[in-house]
Amino acid sequence: MFTAFVFYLFAAVALAGALFVVLQRNPVYSALALILTLFAVSGLFFLLNTPFIGILQILVYAGAIMVLYLFVIMLLNLSREESILRAHRLQRVVGTLLGGLLLVVVAAVAIRQAGPGAPGSVPGAAPGTAEAVGRALFSDFLFPFEMASILLLAAIVGAIVMAKEDLR
Amino acid sequence: MTITLSHYLVLAAALFVIGLVGVFIRRNAITILMCIELMLNAVNLTFIAFASHMNAVDGLIFVFFVITVAAAEVAVGLAIVIALFRNRDTVNLDELNLMRW
Repeated sequence: MFTAFVFYLFAAVALAGALFVVLQRNPVYSALALILTLFAVSGLFFLLNTPFIGILQILVYAGAIMVLYLFVIMLLNLSREESILRAHRLQRVVGTLLGGLLLVVVAAVAIRQAGPGAPGSVPGAAPGTAEAVGRALFSDFLFPFEMASILLLAAIVGAIVMAKEDLR
Repeated sequence: MTITLSHYLVLAAALFVIGLVGVFIRRNAITILMCIELMLNAVNLTFIAFASHMNAVDGLIFVFFVITVAAAEVAVGLAIVIALFRNRDTVNLDELNLMRW
């Protein structure tokens, strides 16, 4: 009962934040709503017995990535950008319709395939502790882990090269 | 009233579709990047729901790498946006038609 209440609370917050991200014209408000959504999804991770990923979500997404977004938005001073309403009504209507169609199809498959009686999480079992994730990460997934570090290094170098004013 | 796996899957699908529609209807490059983050997060929720359902740690590792790749993607994407804004003085994707047919 308590789990259901928490789930619906977090789900409502996440969906409201996501809608606000899409419908809001000011990118700063969009970014703040996205932070709200990320926090709500992180709460759902806690509900699913994976506290490590929930903490990681708050630290990396809400902490690092969204600060980068806000920094760039305020650096570029974009508040005036989308004040002009553009004549893209057909694109909006067709996009929303196709999105709704996809949602219906995916939700139907999810409900039918997962079955109504499948439990959301096993109570007591905690696969998502830092110890369990760390053990898997540094034994079976060591090579992908090192590849991820190289990817991040390449991304840092690429970001600096592209955002730099003048290379010479 | 128990929360089942389908609840999480439908919620993740709804979040994904909201992000997808955002990519369709918005023209601001930064907002579109945020909508992509929304879609990545919905996929993460699906991974975590299945991992918790099957009591397996592999799904969590996938989410770990998705978050890593998302961080790299955001760094490069925002650098591109800054470079675009510096050269073209706009981030409206309809006006950035240099590489379009």
